[in-house]
Amino acid sequence: MTIQQVDPGLVPYQVLDVEGNLVGAMPDLSAERMLSLYRFMQLGRAFSNKIIALQRQGRATTFGSLVGQEATAVGLSAPLQPQDWLATSYREIASLFVRGVPVPTVAYSFRGFTAENWPGELRCLPIQVVIGTQMLHAVGLAMAAKIAGDPVVAVGVCGDGATSEGDFNEALNFAGVYQAPVVLVVQNNGWAISVPRHKQSAAPTLAARGAGFGLPSEYVDGNDVLAVYDVMQKAVERARSGQGPTLVETLTYRIGAHTTADDPTRYRDPVEVEAWRTKDPIARFQKFLARRDLLNEERIRQIVEEVEEEVNEAIQVAEAMPPMAPDSFFDYTMANLPPRWQEQRADLLRYVERKG
Amino acid sequence: MQMTMIEALNSALALEMERDQRVILLGQDIGKNGGVFRVTEHLQQKFGEERVFDTPLSESGIIGSSVGMAIYGLRPIAEIQFAGFLFLCMNQLVSQAARIRFRSAGAYTCPLVVRAPYGGGVRTPELHSDSLEGVFLQTPGLKVVIPSNPYDAKGLLASAVADPDPVLFLENIKLYRSFRQETPEEHYSIPLGKAKTVQEGTDVSVFAYGAMVNVALEAVKLAQQEMGTSVEIIDLRTAWPLDEQAIVNSVEKTGRAIVVHEAPRAGGIGAEVTAIINEHCLYSLLKPVERVTGYDTPYPVPGLEDYYLPTPAKVLTALKQVMEP
Repeated sequence: MTIQQVDPGLVPYQVLDVEGNLVGAMPDLSAERMLSLYRFMQLGRAFSNKIIALQRQGRATTFGSLVGQEATAVGLSAPLQPQDWLATSYREIASLFVRGVPVPTVAYSFRGFTAENWPGELRCLPIQVVIGTQMLHAVGLAMAAKIAGDPVVAVGVCGDGATSEGDFNEALNFAGVYQAPVVLVVQNNGWAISVPRHKQSAAPTLAARGAGFGLPSEYVDGNDVLAVYDVMQKAVERARSGQGPTLVETLTYRIGAHTTADDPTRYRDPVEVEAWRTKDPIARFQKFLARRDLLNEERIRQIVEEVEEEVNEAIQVAEAMPPMAPDSFFDYTMANLPPRWQEQRADLLRYVERKG
Repeated sequence: MQMTMIEALNSALALEMERDQRVILLGQDIGKNGGVFRVTEHLQQKFGEERVFDTPLSESGIIGSSVGMAIYGLRPIAEIQFAGFLFLCMNQLVSQAARIRFRSAGAYTCPLVVRAPYGGGVRTPELHSDSLEGVFLQTPGLKVVIPSNPYDAKGLLASAVADPDPVLFLENIKLYRSFRQETPEEHYSIPLGKAKTVQEGTDVSVFAYGAMVNVALEAVKLAQQEMGTSVEIIDLRTAWPLDEQAIVNSVEKTGRAIVVHEAPRAGGIGAEVTAIINEHCLYSLLKPVERVTGYDTPYPVPGLEDYYLPTPAKVLTALKQVMEP
C-alpha cells in the first residue's frame, strides 16, 4: 500500500468528505461557478481519456493521464485572476482550460507539434516536461511582479517526485528569501512513475518541507475541489496582499499510468487503486451538487455528453490544422537567424523537396 | 575616458539601468559588495536594492528565477560568480532559458543576460578559471560573447542586453584590470556575431578571443621580427554565433589559419572554426589549420597553469609550423 504521507496522523484539509457531505466551511462560490468547476473536471477527464485513446491509435503522442486528479487541476486554477501567471507540469491540463486556453490548441500539441497560436496573454506557460524547473519560473514571475509593483500572483505546480529535484528546493528558498507573491503547489499523487511517495522523502508530509524554507504551508485533500479552491483562493490573496508565498500540498492519486508508455501493473497493488477510486473527485462533487439540486442524472448525462462532444470537436479542429512546416524549428530557435542557420534551413528545405 | 574592462562594464551596466527601468541585476555578492570583481560597484547605491540585489548561493535559483523574470517582462542581468559554476545551472540555461521561445513558438521569450568571469593565469582555485564556451556550441538558443578589451566589452554588453534572446557574457579575469583603453562615457553598442580585424595581414590568419588576442599580438610581434611574416589577427568577439564570413574572407586571402583559445581542444571553438574552413574554403588552405589551445585535461592547479595556457611562444611555434613550406 502506497503511503502518501509518512505520518498518517496528519489530516488534510477537507470541505467535502468522500461521500460529498459538507464537513468544512463552504468557500464563497455561486451555484453557477460550482457547476462550471464540475464541468471543467469532466472536461479534463474526457480530454485525458480521449488523448490516451488516440495515442493507442497512433494519432497522438505520449500522454500522462490526469484521471483522478481533476479536483486539484481545476481547484488550483479557478481562483486566479487574468493578470496572474500559471506554470504547470504535464499532469494538470484542466487548469489551462479553466484559464481559457482553447482545447484544440492543447490537442494540437499532442499531435506532436507546437501550437503556434498559444494565447500568451492568458499567462499560462507551456506544459513543462523538464521536472521541477517551472517552480523557479513561477518564483521568478512573482519576483518580477513584486519589483514592478503589480498586483500579480504566480502559481507553480509540480508533483511529489519533483520535490526531490534541486530546483524545487531552490524555488522554495528563493520564494521565502524574497517573500515572492507565489503559491507553490505540490500535487502529491503518490507515484513518480514507479517510485512511491514514501521513497521520495522522509518528511512527514511534503507540505511540512515548507517550514524548512520559512514558508507557511497548507495540506489539503486534493480530491476535494472545494477544499483545493478554498486553500488556493486564500493563498493567492495572501500573496497578492503582500503577505508572501505559500506551499500547498494536495493529496490525490494517479488512477492511470504515468504515461501511455507505462504499465503500472508492474509495480502497483490493484487493491490500492480500487481504494482510491472510491475517493473519486468527480463522484464526490457530483454527490454534493446533486444534494443541492444543482445536478440530477439527466443533467449529469447532458454535461458528460457535452464535454465529450467538445473534446471530439477539438480533436477534429486540431487534426484539421496543418502540420507545422518542416523547417519551423528554425523559426523559434532565435529571433534573428544568422546566415549559418539560414543555410541549414535552406538545406533542409532542399532535402524535403527532393524527398531525400 | 581611459577605462579598465571592469570600469567599462560598470559603465555599461549603469547606462542600461538608467535608460530602461526593466533592467535589474542579481547575483551573489553584487549588492553592497559590488561583486567579487567590483563590476557592479556602487550600482545598488545608485539604483536601489529592488533593482540590484544579492541572491542565495544558488546558481540554478539565480538563472531559473531570472527566466521567470525575463518572461514577465523585466530584463535581468544575472551574474554567476565564476563561469565554471555554470555547470550548476546548465538545466535552467540550456533546457529553459535557451528554449522558452522554441517551446512556446514565440508566445514567450527570455531576454536574459548571464555574466560570468572566466580565464586563467590568475592563480585561482579549482573550477574558477575554466573556459566553458565550447560547451555552449551544442546548446542551441544561447549566444556567447567574449570581449577582449574595455571598449568592446562595453559595446558588446549593450548589445547583449538589447538582444531578445539569452546571451552568455564571459569576462576574462586577467583582462579585467590588465590595461586601460580609451572608452566613451556615453552609451554605444557593438553588434553581436561580428568579428573585428585587429591587424591586417596576408600570410596567415590568427583567430582569437578574450585574453588570447593579446597573446596573439605578442606572438605576431615575435614572428614579424624573426620571420617577417604578415599576420592577420581577427578578434572573434562573439564565440557563438561565429562570424563565419569574416573567417572565410580571411582564410581565402591568406591560405593559413591558426585558432587560439584557453578552452580545451576537443570540440571547441577551434574545432568549429576548422570545420567552417573545411566547408567553405578548404581549397584556399595551403596547410592544415593549427589550433593552439588548452589541453584536453581538467584545468590544472595554479602551480602548473602556466604550462597549460597558450602563450606567445606556443603561438609562435604554430606560426612557424604553418609557414613552413
